[in-house]
Amino acid sequence: MSIGILERFKIGLWRDNPGLVQLLGLCPLLAVTATFVNGLGLGIATLAVLMASNALVSATRRWIQPEIRVPIYVLIIASLVTCIELVFKAWFPDLDRSLGIFIPLIVTNCAIVARAEIFASRNPVGTSIIDGLVMGSGFALLLLTIGAFRELLGQGTLFSRIDMLFGGEPVRGLVLAENGWLLLVLPPGAFFSLALAIAAKNLIDMRRKESSAATPRRARILNR
Amino acid sequence: MMPDRPFWRSGVTLAIVAAFCTSLVALTWQLTADRIEENRKEWLERSLQPALAGLFFDSPVTESMITVPPPHELPGSDAAIIYRVYAGETPVAALFVVSARDGYAGPIRLLIGIALDGEVTGIRVLEHKETPGLGDKIDTSKSDWVLQFDGHSLRNPEPAKWAIKGDGGQFDQLTGASVTPRAVIRAIKQTLTYFDANQVAVFAEPPKLDEAQESD
Repeated sequence: MSIGILERFKIGLWRDNPGLVQLLGLCPLLAVTATFVNGLGLGIATLAVLMASNALVSATRRWIQPEIRVPIYVLIIASLVTCIELVFKAWFPDLDRSLGIFIPLIVTNCAIVARAEIFASRNPVGTSIIDGLVMGSGFALLLLTIGAFRELLGQGTLFSRIDMLFGGEPVRGLVLAENGWLLLVLPPGAFFSLALAIAAKNLIDMRRKESSAATPRRARILNR
Repeated sequence: MMPDRPFWRSGVTLAIVAAFCTSLVALTWQLTADRIEENRKEWLERSLQPALAGLFFDSPVTESMITVPPPHELPGSDAAIIYRVYAGETPVAALFVVSARDGYAGPIRLLIGIALDGEVTGIRVLEHKETPGLGDKIDTSKSDWVLQFDGHSLRNPEPAKWAIKGDGGQFDQLTGASVTPRAVIRAIKQTLTYFDANQVAVFAEPPKLDEAQESD
């Protein structure tokens, strides 16, 4: 079974988006997306861990006995997250302080274990890295979209504190309004934003289904 | 179901993977440790500067830290941190890191700079969990509320006037939040009182000037 890279991107970014469709990794998704920069930062960190863990799980898949695979995934993922955390502390200290506990908590993002178990343990290294790239991008894209949405409406700004990623003096970003709709910055705003994003995706899929015969996949809790 | 391989093989595999992962983390730590320590010091020094507006001092503030273990007369029940600020060997000011315990949502960690004459040189909120949009205006990234204390002391205004206007005091309140500003003002007043009474003790222990110069 071989699928082109373009097709894989369509699957990861849209059809099987880890956040929108598989509803995995919702804890960080809801917690850090109050601003665009936070969403982007955690998105990049998760993407890096996912690619590296897929690569390592895939590279070692022939030597790992099935009965000990889960502790091995946990070991690999936990070590990679620790490395990423150190890298963030060294090169993006402000972002690290802003994301706080959610960088170490990438360990508990079930999207990563899910990709190790479903994909990387059964596919060659190259394909697994690409899978990590597309799934991670899908997750990161959702994080920064929700981050931008909540920041824009909740705070009236966009790209505030972008210096945390690219260096320089602290900036307030594009200030479009002095005050925003507070609710969106608070935790309930995260749930509302995610619900809107899922609804928008389903709506677009339904429109497409009406015009073609393709079968969309809607959000549902995976229970297997 | 019995695995068709001997059990020890699983153990060996786990040990090998664990050793590999540990070396990976150790290597990353080796490569980042210096930078992380540098960042931490730089951030601390940088975060202390705003509370020292208009003062002349010439040694890194972080080198002259002392901790005051509880119980103490300062706000908060945890250990308070005091950074002494010197120009040469002359004390100029002191920076207090204390917790206002009675915030609306948990303790508020405050940085309070006080010059030798008892005037506030600057106050910053280091950590808080106050309500976004209401109590969080004590943070300088949200509003300038906390700057109104600069230049004030226990003589200006008199101690009884250290309160929000709604309570008969001199200082501005925050719309929609009264618990938060009360807690902050109480903590500032208590710290001012402490420094007034304990100035000699605060500067009793000499700063680590020699050590600071050696490390340059």
